[in-house]
Amino acid sequence: MNPALQGLLTIAIGVGGCLSYFYFSNQVLDKVIFPAKGPNAGKNINRANMVRPWLFLLPAILALGLYLAYPVVETIRLSLTERVTQPDGSTTYDFVGLANYAQMASEPKFWEAMRNNMLWLIVVPAMSTAFGLLAAQLTDRIKWGNIAKSLIFMPMAISFVGAAVIWRLVYDARPPGTEQIGLLNAIYVWMSGNDPQQWLTVPFWNSFLLMIVLIWIQTGFAMVILSAALRGIPEETIEAAIVDGASPLQIFFKIKIPQIAGTIVVVWTTITLVVLKVFDIVFAMTNGQWETQVLANYMFDKLFRANDWGVGSASAIVIMLLVTPILVWNVHNARKEMR
Amino acid sequence: MDNIAGTKSSLTWAVQISVVVLVLLWLFPTVGLFVSSFRTADQISTSGWWNALFPTEQSLTIRAAAPDTQVQEGNVFVIEGNLYTDADVPDGIEMSAWGTSSREIGAYQPGDTAELRRGGTITVEGDGDYRMENTEAFEGNRGQRVFITAEVPPDFTTENYQQVLFSGDATDSMAKAFFNTLTVTIPATIIPIVVAAFAAYALAWMDFPGRALLIAMVVGLLVVPLQLALIPLLKLHLGIGIGKGYLGTWMAHTGFGLPLAIYLLRNYMVGLPRDIIENARVDGATEFQIFVKIILPLSFPALASFAIFQFLWTWNDLLVAKVFLIDATGQTTVMTNQIVELLGTRGGNWEILATAAFVSIAVPLLVFFAMQKYLVRGLLAGSVK
Repeated sequence: MNPALQGLLTIAIGVGGCLSYFYFSNQVLDKVIFPAKGPNAGKNINRANMVRPWLFLLPAILALGLYLAYPVVETIRLSLTERVTQPDGSTTYDFVGLANYAQMASEPKFWEAMRNNMLWLIVVPAMSTAFGLLAAQLTDRIKWGNIAKSLIFMPMAISFVGAAVIWRLVYDARPPGTEQIGLLNAIYVWMSGNDPQQWLTVPFWNSFLLMIVLIWIQTGFAMVILSAALRGIPEETIEAAIVDGASPLQIFFKIKIPQIAGTIVVVWTTITLVVLKVFDIVFAMTNGQWETQVLANYMFDKLFRANDWGVGSASAIVIMLLVTPILVWNVHNARKEMR
Repeated sequence: MDNIAGTKSSLTWAVQISVVVLVLLWLFPTVGLFVSSFRTADQISTSGWWNALFPTEQSLTIRAAAPDTQVQEGNVFVIEGNLYTDADVPDGIEMSAWGTSSREIGAYQPGDTAELRRGGTITVEGDGDYRMENTEAFEGNRGQRVFITAEVPPDFTTENYQQVLFSGDATDSMAKAFFNTLTVTIPATIIPIVVAAFAAYALAWMDFPGRALLIAMVVGLLVVPLQLALIPLLKLHLGIGIGKGYLGTWMAHTGFGLPLAIYLLRNYMVGLPRDIIENARVDGATEFQIFVKIILPLSFPALASFAIFQFLWTWNDLLVAKVFLIDATGQTTVMTNQIVELLGTRGGNWEILATAAFVSIAVPLLVFFAMQKYLVRGLLAGSVK
């Protein structure tokens, strides 16, 4: 069958199925199981209302359970096993304890990925938030600020792969003596007179060139949110500071920043989550060569190139562990708000 | 307040200039790729894209008409014609100098007359007209070479787009990948919305034990990395016979998108006025009716926000497609994957790469600019407390 047709059919079945599930399950509940008439009418209505939330929630709980909660448990289990193909062709998963973790810890590529991930974790959220704050503060004061904002925000819509192509052109190098078509080398050759560099193959610094791509994408996000927070600051606090003779810089750092500190933390953690999962940029630009490996790409490598599900799962667990503090913090905040 | 009033105008200027610089920095990379997608391979590899926007000084070598076209006027032999009619000459060029020897290509001004090495003279005008005169017949079978230095105006082509979209060339073609991406994206955007809307309503407006715990779980699942789900779900899909294909991809995208959908929609629905819902309940409306007739229409902005997020995310996704969709036959490749493959096979062919990338970027950019309002609103609802 034509995939497009199949897609339409799936939409129809999926959406139609969901809607009719919700409709008929409610009908059955109200008319058949607990009808709102007869001697027990009042009791039945209460009973039906106790069951109803679960009818509304069931598909979501099933999907969340199967696609997010179960994999967490299963990945932990798989990270402790080794996939073995038996002589009769069947696949078994043998318990091997922490052997996968031990193997991973003995691989230099893993530690390279860890080191790079730590660099990414420090640089990208910090730079994106800083640029976002700068852009928010500046664009709020000018007439064409909204246009400027939407142009800085635009990379948000571009895929990581698209961004990788865009930036590979910027970093492109041509042989010495010929005209450079990459912006970076053109500027570099013009300023320094040296030979052009293959930037993406220069270890250590090339990681920063990859980070620039993500910073470029995430700055718009930081800007939008911080700009809303800046506008939410009560005018009186700023007026009071001006009357007291504060300079614009003092106002910014001592009055505004403390008042939006909460939002800065939210932006920072959100970008941190993106960084931990960054895969496409590295995959498309260097594929982890020249010491640019990161955890998510390392995992993909183990999973599909080395076909080693055990170590792949173990590295996924490492990513999960890095995310856990943010998870706990978010849940903690959500619960605090509910009260 | 003196200090502020006194420095105001210069400060405003500084702000304006900083914003211009910032915007240009953010815009330049994309513009570079966009401009490149309209240039030929030769143009891209010989000059930076920033040169393509301005007229450039180029040297061209053109041959005048061959001697067999000469005519005799009285006792002089004449070859006449126009240099710009040559097929290789771009339109609208402006000649600044010309020459007849490769060692001195700029020896003469337009309108000058030059002595030819093999006898006779040539006059070249600024509009490309030339006239060669000689008292004896011109010999040889090839025309006289003329070198001209000219300002060539920017020159763009849509050939790359034709190659990428309509050529049917298996390695370059984005057409199939485009439709595959669309096939992944639309169900993967619509289905989670329906599922999440009902759940969000229950979490926002129904009272039942365990509600707070469920909300906390949704917030927790919000940050669970996708990477964790890859192996177990691939194993599951292979185990129950779905294998790699659209169905598994749609389900995976639905599952991964749900936490954000539920979270965004619940936050929005909680803010809806309590009176409307309670009045409807008093009037005897069932929960299902309240949901469909009141909640859904009122939640449109939140639904739109999430729809944009999910659309952008599924359209731009590479990882989920690579794990759950693309099999060995490569029939179901999506655009992001196609571009990565092009990076491998045609890493130096910037005209193809740039065009392919732009085909895939165009749709999200359109959505972005058309629905920016909802996107921003969704971001704010999801992040700012």
